[in-house]
Amino acid sequence: MARVELSHVSLNYHTLAGEVKALEDVSLVVEDQEFVAIVGQSGCGKSTLLSLVSGLLKPTRGSVFIDDEEVQGPSRRVGYMLQNDYLFEWRTILENALLGLEIQREKTPEAVEEVQAMLKAYGLGGFEHYYPPQLSGGMRQRVALIRTLATRPDVLLLDEPFSALDYQNRLAVGEEVVKILRERKKTVIMVTHDIPEAVSMANRVVVMTPRPGRIRSVHRITMCDQGLTPLRTREMPQFREYFTTIWKELNRDD
Amino acid sequence: MTEDHISPEHLAYLRSLRLRQALIRTTQFLLLVGLFVLWELAASRGWINAFIFSQPTRIWAALVRLYREGDLWRHLGWTVGETVLGFTVGTAAGIVIAVILWWSEFFSQVMDPYIVVLNSIPKVALGPIFVVWLGTTITAVVAMAIAVSIIVTIMMMHTGFKEVDPNKVKLVRTFGASKGQVLWKVIIPASIPTMIAALKVNVGLSLVGTIVGEFLASKAGLGYLIVYGGQVFNMSLVMASVLLLLVVSVILYYAVTILEERVTKGRQ
Repeated sequence: MARVELSHVSLNYHTLAGEVKALEDVSLVVEDQEFVAIVGQSGCGKSTLLSLVSGLLKPTRGSVFIDDEEVQGPSRRVGYMLQNDYLFEWRTILENALLGLEIQREKTPEAVEEVQAMLKAYGLGGFEHYYPPQLSGGMRQRVALIRTLATRPDVLLLDEPFSALDYQNRLAVGEEVVKILRERKKTVIMVTHDIPEAVSMANRVVVMTPRPGRIRSVHRITMCDQGLTPLRTREMPQFREYFTTIWKELNRDD
Repeated sequence: MTEDHISPEHLAYLRSLRLRQALIRTTQFLLLVGLFVLWELAASRGWINAFIFSQPTRIWAALVRLYREGDLWRHLGWTVGETVLGFTVGTAAGIVIAVILWWSEFFSQVMDPYIVVLNSIPKVALGPIFVVWLGTTITAVVAMAIAVSIIVTIMMMHTGFKEVDPNKVKLVRTFGASKGQVLWKVIIPASIPTMIAALKVNVGLSLVGTIVGEFLASKAGLGYLIVYGGQVFNMSLVMASVLLLLVVSVILYYAVTILEERVTKGRQ
């Protein structure tokens, strides 16, 4: 079943200096519970693509559908994780995790309880009343994930969610996040420029061309289908092959 | 580091730090005392004309007289009251206007040159206009205090609002936040430090506005006392009022600092 569908989507930015083609004729179908990673060089419009799916931007041409419904604006079915955790320093960890629910006016006692349970389950029990600067980068990233999951979206958009972490933490947090997302049966679109990260986590890796962003090729990663965790995937012999293929695709000149 | 693990070297280091701090404080205090002693000495020995320069004992006498006659609290009360009123209204109105400018980019661009011009004129030059329009009343004095602080508040707050990390705004927009929610959940709380900075600037500015206002249009307050003292050539009264003003400004500044500590508690 198709969760997310982009149909011949183009997007142009208008500035005083002129018109910039960010995306051109992008079509992509993401199945339910699929993890799709999008790789491309900086400025290829991969973040723009997430903004389109989230409803923050409207396509110049073409349409975006979620569950066969055209996207008109931000939807509760979609959760968006940005490059940094962007926890608000004036809110405690619990208050940060409740931000989305508060905005959607869904902060019921049951919802608060559920968020508290999630904090506990993901190693943040006892930190509810701390402030963000008192937490490590990995913990903060987990709070950001809980904040996103709290509004119960079906589709998660991850925009280089681990890029602010150091390498060690990156692998550890990535491992955890993938586990959580699989447990909760989420459909995920992740944007990254880190090929190993994409290969280790995704069912499919989409390679984009430099600006204007177009889909150059799509690669099915079989290891994820077998249910291997990102760290296990990195140990597989095929890992290097996928890496090399995608790396060459990224650097190819059309 | 716990108490029983402090090495003798570290103890010596800490002691030298404390010693240095004490030395600074003592020197600061002695400098002040020395200045007053020198002043007193110079006046009583006739090195300077005590009628023009006054002298600490005469200033003290003037303060005591003010207190005995019951005028001290009245004048202080007026100045502090007018300052706090001007400061509160100026800051509040400035923040509200800054919010309006943030809300409408169009309006903000329209208003931009007007704000720049209003900011650049010396507000005290408007004093006589306020007196003519509002009379020699407390309203004119407070208007002066507001005029001095409001434009700076608008500019500081509007800049602060615009400097809030756009990604924080994007974050709440992904949850479907309305513009009002962006304002209340992100822009305002993120701008609290800017607000405190504006308050600190405004405390001083409002006092300037109040004193100038009292120069022009008042029957009470420290500004009135200073002008009155100058006119009757009672320099001890002028100096006494200036000293009182000093105390008032320090107290008001610390009041804002205490507020700051309360508001930012736990943030860092």
